[in-house]
Amino acid sequence: MILRRIRDLALLIPASLLVAIGFASVFANQGGQLSDLSLLYGAGFLGLCIVAHVIAMSALPDADPYLLPLIAVLACFGLVELYRIDESLARQQATWFILGIGAFSATIFLLRKDYRVLRDYRNLIALAGVLMLLAPRIPGLSNPENGAYLSVALGPVAFQPTELAKLCLVLYLASYLADNRQLLVQEARGPFGLLPPLKYLLPLLAVWGVTMVMLFFIQDIGSAIMYFGVGLAMLYVATGRLLYPVVGLTLFAFGARLLYELRPTIQNRVEAWQDPLNPELIDKVGGSGQLAQGLFAQADGGMLGEGLGGSLMRYFETGATSPLPAAKNDFIYALIVSEVGLIGAAGLILIYLLIVWRGFKVALVAHDSFSKLLALGLATVFALQVFVIVGGVTKLIPLTGVTLPFVSSGGSSIVANFVLLALLLLVSDRARRDTREDLQRAKMGAWR
Amino acid sequence: MNQGIRRLFVLILGLFVLLLAGTVRWTVIEADELNANSRNARPLLQTARVPRGTIRAADGTLLARSVKQSDGTYVRRYTQEAQQASQLIGWAYTNSGVSGMEKEHQDDLTGKVRSAATLLSALRGNTERGNDVVATLEPKVQQAGLNGLNGRRGAAVAIDVKSGGVLAMVSTPNFDPNQMRNNDSASRIQNDSAGGSPAFNRATQAGYPPGSTFKVVTTAAALESGDYTPTTLVDGSSPLKVETVDLNNFGRKSYGKITLTQALTNSVNTAFARVAEDLGAAPMADAMDAFGFGKIPLIDYPDQQLYASGVYDRDDASQLLEVNDDLDIARVAIGQERLRVTPLQMGLVAAAVARDGQLPRLSTVQRVVDPDGRTLSELDADGDDAGRVMSERDAADLTAMMEKVVEEGSGTAAALSGLRVAGKTGTAERNIRENVTQPWFIGFAPADDPQVAVAVTIERTIGGTGGVDAAPIARAMMEEALR
Repeated sequence: MILRRIRDLALLIPASLLVAIGFASVFANQGGQLSDLSLLYGAGFLGLCIVAHVIAMSALPDADPYLLPLIAVLACFGLVELYRIDESLARQQATWFILGIGAFSATIFLLRKDYRVLRDYRNLIALAGVLMLLAPRIPGLSNPENGAYLSVALGPVAFQPTELAKLCLVLYLASYLADNRQLLVQEARGPFGLLPPLKYLLPLLAVWGVTMVMLFFIQDIGSAIMYFGVGLAMLYVATGRLLYPVVGLTLFAFGARLLYELRPTIQNRVEAWQDPLNPELIDKVGGSGQLAQGLFAQADGGMLGEGLGGSLMRYFETGATSPLPAAKNDFIYALIVSEVGLIGAAGLILIYLLIVWRGFKVALVAHDSFSKLLALGLATVFALQVFVIVGGVTKLIPLTGVTLPFVSSGGSSIVANFVLLALLLLVSDRARRDTREDLQRAKMGAWR
Repeated sequence: MNQGIRRLFVLILGLFVLLLAGTVRWTVIEADELNANSRNARPLLQTARVPRGTIRAADGTLLARSVKQSDGTYVRRYTQEAQQASQLIGWAYTNSGVSGMEKEHQDDLTGKVRSAATLLSALRGNTERGNDVVATLEPKVQQAGLNGLNGRRGAAVAIDVKSGGVLAMVSTPNFDPNQMRNNDSASRIQNDSAGGSPAFNRATQAGYPPGSTFKVVTTAAALESGDYTPTTLVDGSSPLKVETVDLNNFGRKSYGKITLTQALTNSVNTAFARVAEDLGAAPMADAMDAFGFGKIPLIDYPDQQLYASGVYDRDDASQLLEVNDDLDIARVAIGQERLRVTPLQMGLVAAAVARDGQLPRLSTVQRVVDPDGRTLSELDADGDDAGRVMSERDAADLTAMMEKVVEEGSGTAAALSGLRVAGKTGTAERNIRENVTQPWFIGFAPADDPQVAVAVTIERTIGGTGGVDAAPIARAMMEEALR
C-alpha cells in the first residue's frame, strides 16, 4: 500500500520537471535572472497538484492513478505558457486552479458513496444545463464578445456556462440511454426496420435539440460541434447501431448548410478557413487575420521551436499589439507550436491522447451501462474539445473558439474540466473496486 | 457495448493523428512558404529585435552599425566611408530589404551563425546581438579610385592578389545607404536612371566592351597553346580583312613582322586578330572559361548583383553565347564582337596572371567576430584558388609582357616610381562618329611579387584613352594599396 502511494506521487515527477525547466527557460529567453519569486510560483503550483493527487488517492484509492498526473503535466505546461505571455495571467490561472481543485474535491466528497444517484436526477440536470446556456443572453448577465454570447458576467468574473453545460448533457444522455437502450434496440421498427418507436427517442432528441438550439442562439459553434459529436458517440455505443451516427451526420450536414446560408458570420468563418492567406481576407474584419497569424507562428516554430519564451509575441518591445492575438485562449496551441515546435506539440497531443485512452479504459472496465456511458461521454467530449480547437488552429476545420482543456487561460474551463476529471475518477474507482472484489470473491470461492 | 467503445477510440485516435498531420503541414511542409509570405512580419521583426553586428573596414573604420530606437527595435546607420562603397556594403532596412554585403552576410550579421561558446554566453543572460563583420575593404584605396573617377560614371576594383580580398570596389555615382530607410528616397534611388542608377553596381553588374584589355586573355590562350612564345613573330600589318569588313590598328598604323610582346606593348589589333584566327575558337573558349567568363564570379556577393561576362547575342542582350566557330573569333580576340565584361571580371583576369596563373576566389570579408570577441571565421592570407588559368611559366611570360606595356607601351601613365608594374590598357569605341570612348586599364604591382591587382574603367569620355585616362587612376589605387 505504501509502495503504491509512493508510486502515485512519483507519477507527478514529469509535471514537476516541466514546471522547473519551463520557468527556467522562459527566464533565460527573456533575458532575466532566475528569481526566488518565480521559483515560488512553480513550487506553489506543484503543491496544488500534489494536494489534488493526495485528495483523489485517499478518497478514491482504487481510481486510475495515471489520469491526474497526466492532467498535472498539461496544467503545468499551460501555466508556463501563460506565464510567458503575462505574469498576471499565470497568477489568475493558479487562482482558478485552487477553485478547480475545490470543485474537484467537492464533487468527490458529495458523490463518494455512489455517483450513480445522479442517474435519478437527469431531468433536473438537463434543465440546469439548458438554463445555463440561456444565461449569457439574459440582460444584465450578458457579456458579448466577437458577436458571440459565450459568457456571463458574475461581478468581476466572466463565466462560460457552455463548459459546465457539457457535463450536464453527458450526464443526462448517459442516464437516459442506460435506461432506454434495450428498448431502443429491441423495439426497432420503422421504415428500415431499424428505427425504434419515436416515443423512446423523443425525450432524448428534445434535450439534445434544445441544447443545440441554445448553442446557436448564443453563437457558440465550437461547443455545438462538441455537443453534437458526443451525443452521436453515446447513441452509437449505447445501441451499437451505426445508423444513428449516419443519420445524425447527414442531418448535421443539412443543418450546417442551412446555417451557412442564414448566418453571415459563419460564411465569414468558412471563407477564412478556405483561404486564410488571401491578403484581402487577412485585412478583413472578422476575416482570416488571426488564423494566418496562427499559421505564421507555427511555421516560425518549425521542428524544434523557438524555445519557451522565445516566440515573438509583441511587434515592438513597447508595443501593445501582438502578432498572435488570443494567444492565451483560442490560439495557445499556435503559441505552443511556435515555442516548442512540432516535437513539443506532438508530445502535447500524445498526453491528451493518453488521457482519452485512460478515460476509455474506465468505460471498458465499468460494470453497469450508466457508468460505461458516463465515462465514455466524458472522455469523448474531452477529446472532441481538443480536436475542435487544435483542428481549427491547424486549419483542419473552420476555427471555432473553445478552450484547450487545462492549458488555455479560462476559469470556467478549468473548473468544469476538474469536475469532469472527478467524475471519471469516481467511475474508475467504483469499477476497479468492483473488479477487485469480484476477483477476491472468486478466489475465496475457489479456495473454499 | 465494449466493441462500440473500442471502435470509437480508434476513431478518436484517427482524429488525433489528423491533428498531428495538420501541425506537420505548417511546421515542416509549408513552413518555408509561410516564412516567405509577404504578410508574415515575423522573420523581419525577428531581425529587427536583434541588433545587427557592425561592419568595419579592414583598417578598422566603422562602416555600418545598428542604433536602438525609442520603440526598442534597431535601425541601421551607415558612415561616410560606407557611402563611398555604397554598392558593395549595400543596406538592410525592413521596408527596402537587404542588398550587397548586408544581404550576403545576413546570417553572420544577425547572429544566426554561432559557436557553442557564444550560445552558452547567451544562456548566461548576455544580451543577444549579431556578429561583427570586418570587410576586406581598404577605405584609402576606395578613396583613391573615387578621386580618380572624379564624378565621372565608371567603376574600379582592387583585389588583394594573395588572399583574394576585395580591397576596393568603386561604382560611381554612389548613394547614401541611410536614404534606403525611407520608402520615397529608396525608390527614388533605385529608379534614378537619369542620375546614373546609383544603386546599380557598375563593378559587378555592368556589361561593358573590354577593348584591348581583353588581349591579355588572347595572349594567355596563345601562350597556353604552346604555339606561341613572347618572341614569336606575328604579322601586324593593317588593315586586315575579317569577314569582308576591314579591321584596323589604333591610328590606322601598320606594323610589319613584330614579336608577340611588341604586339601587346603597342596593342596591335591586326596581330591579335591573326593570332586568334590561327588558334581557332576552342583555345580561346578554354582560356575564357578558365578566367571565369561565361558565369558569375566566385565571390561572397549576392548572385542577383553579379553579371556573367562573355559574348552576348546581338539581338537578345540577355543571351550568353558559346564561344565557337560561329563567332567572329578575330574580333572577340581584340575585345569586340558583343563581348560584355564587368570591371570585376577584368580585375580577376589581372589577378589570375599576378597569382602565377591561379584564379583566386574572391572575398569581401576579412573576419567574422562574435559579440564576445571570438573570431568565428577569417580569410586565409593565402586565399583560395578557384582553378588554374595557365601554367606558372606562361603567367611569368605574360607578366613580363604586361610590364613592357607599362614601361614603354600604351600604359606608361600607370608606372610607379621604384616599383615594377604590369598592365594593359584598353579603349573601347562606343560611338565612333562622336568619338565616344570607354577607357580601361587592368594591371597589378609589384610585377616581381604581385600584391594588388586592379581594373578601372570610365564609362564614357570624348576621345579619352585607357593609357591617358584610366591608367593614372589604377596607379593611384595601387600606390595606396602598397603603401
